[in-house]
Amino acid sequence: MDGSLFIQYFVSGLTYGSIYAAVAIGFNIIYNATGIINFAQGEFAMLGGMIASSLARSCPLWLAIAAAVVATAVVGVAIERLLLRRVSRFGVLKMIIATIGISIVLRELALAAWGESVRTVPFFTGNEVSSISFLGANFSPQVLWIVGAIALVAVALTLYFKLTLTGKAMRGCSASRDGASLCGISPGRMVAIAFGMSAAIGAFAGCVVAPLTQTHYAIGSTLSVKGFTVAAFGGLGNSVAAIAAGFLLGMLESFSIVVVPEAYKDVVTIVVLLTVLVAKPTGLFGSRAAGALKEY
Amino acid sequence: MRLGRIARIVIFCALAVSLLPSAFAAPKGDPIKIGAVFAVTGPAAYLGAPEDRTARMVVDEINKDGGILGRPVQLIVKDTGASSEKAISFAKQLIDEDNVVAIIGPTTSGESMAIKDICQKSGVPLISCASAETITTPIAKYVFKVAPKDNYVTEAIYKTMNKMGISKIGVLAANTGFGNGGKAQLEKYAQAYGITIAISEVYDANATDLTALLTKVNATGVQAIVNWSIEPAQAIVAKNMKQLKMTQQLFQSHGFANIKYVAAAGEAAEGIIFPCSRLVVADQLPDSNPQKKLLQKYNADYRAAYKEDASTFGGHAYDSLAIIKAAIESAKSADPAKIAAAIEGVKGLSGTAGIFGFSAQDHNGLQPDAIVMVTVKKGKFVLYEGK
Repeated sequence: MDGSLFIQYFVSGLTYGSIYAAVAIGFNIIYNATGIINFAQGEFAMLGGMIASSLARSCPLWLAIAAAVVATAVVGVAIERLLLRRVSRFGVLKMIIATIGISIVLRELALAAWGESVRTVPFFTGNEVSSISFLGANFSPQVLWIVGAIALVAVALTLYFKLTLTGKAMRGCSASRDGASLCGISPGRMVAIAFGMSAAIGAFAGCVVAPLTQTHYAIGSTLSVKGFTVAAFGGLGNSVAAIAAGFLLGMLESFSIVVVPEAYKDVVTIVVLLTVLVAKPTGLFGSRAAGALKEY
Repeated sequence: MRLGRIARIVIFCALAVSLLPSAFAAPKGDPIKIGAVFAVTGPAAYLGAPEDRTARMVVDEINKDGGILGRPVQLIVKDTGASSEKAISFAKQLIDEDNVVAIIGPTTSGESMAIKDICQKSGVPLISCASAETITTPIAKYVFKVAPKDNYVTEAIYKTMNKMGISKIGVLAANTGFGNGGKAQLEKYAQAYGITIAISEVYDANATDLTALLTKVNATGVQAIVNWSIEPAQAIVAKNMKQLKMTQQLFQSHGFANIKYVAAAGEAAEGIIFPCSRLVVADQLPDSNPQKKLLQKYNADYRAAYKEDASTFGGHAYDSLAIIKAAIESAKSADPAKIAAAIEGVKGLSGTAGIFGFSAQDHNGLQPDAIVMVTVKKGKFVLYEGK
């Protein structure tokens, strides 16, 4: 393989990795706050992309994306407040099943609202035929936006959890719910914030990748599966690990094509994933403490 | 008092509705029940939804015109979500419980093959809207299809390649019944047209980015790429090729024949060549073309009813119903066995996909000339006439 071909596969891997990592981060925020896996995470990305694609017809793109992020965050908080909080007394497993139900409802609502057609969000720079050349590799400028957006989300999240009072309170809550309550932190409020943030990040990711991947009412489940895979691969609850795992998986998918047919791409990644999980059940970068199921 | 007024309004409305049918010359008698098995939702909704809409529209029109043999037509639509298991249980339900005289659909080739035997054994005619050749080869007495055969479509592509001097190609297909069927056809006929398939790959139908795969294809030095899939992958292939600055000619399957897909691919759709029936280029046909009027009417009616452009897929539902209607009228009976026999006698029927002429040996009824090559110019479909 020559250099430019290597870079071309590398860029593809980077694109896949960023998309998966964006969804995985959302899984982790909710997992940290509640101990549940929110299988409606992919639907947040779908909602973000769909709302932005509708609004972008009548208002500037940045405004459409901002509105989509806010609207999806409201949906996220509403789901927690109105539904999940009420089933929390039945335990974590029932809540996870409830999120699967929610994902189906959101998908069907999207089908009713937008129909079955595939939609796109306008490219942030250029259009679908724009291409940037770098060291012999060619790629869409949107790839830079996607990678940049994920980097931005990662830095912002890290700063938020390290520096702000609410961020610290959320971390405290995920470390010890009872301890946090004793310090005057309302765990319920932290969980609601986690859902809002997770939905907002999902929606933002959905908007940024939509120009490249397009979006339709059923895209959420595909994203959920990949995102969950990456979250488990990296170690549940660890967002930096999710990004690293996302890129690893992306590279694996991209470079595996060189030696095996595309049809077996998922086989390669699943074999690697299973091997890692058997050797280290907490994921590549996870710790046992974070891997233990949390209480809601 | 208020409740009383509402009650009166309700009674008035109920009376008005009950009087409605007598206001029109509605067909009388037992309805002729026709079953429809479409993938209205799910991964093949792009095909099934327009079929569902078209079928409802056509049946409404038939009933408005006095039905078939003076009897009203009742359409019973079942949504399979593109699942073969559901198609099987719905087909059984339609035959055993609803006692339909014929079934149209299913939408996809996989579903069609799943219920082929059920319809054959129960003696209820099936007119499939899917394209796989195996649906009507070997021939089953009760099984028909209205989508052009895969090999007409592939051969049309290869003939165009021969004219363009293309001999080395790459084949990409989505991992679906449609994709794998097309890939098999392309591989089968390549040699006959002197075409070498340098690389042939299958990808996940839900793929969101195919740049890695296209990089691999590009490295093989092919002159053209044929992609066999439906939405969303067919737009992604087109976009990714432009983003990778690939200059090979892109051919798509007849699955591309909906102007919505051109919008989805945007500027990347320019210059794509694909085989298709004449529906999408109806306005460009000469007035002497026997299909022109029907195609324009279907386009206009569909747009008026559903505020979107008609597609060749919806056209399959149109043709299925037109064939059943013609068969019932010529058999002067809505008996399933007589309908099946009468379909074999349907000749010269102008449909959306072409001029249908069935026989005991041909349960598809279309000739290779039903297919034309179409390209995209400035966001519009135009007849491809060579360079």
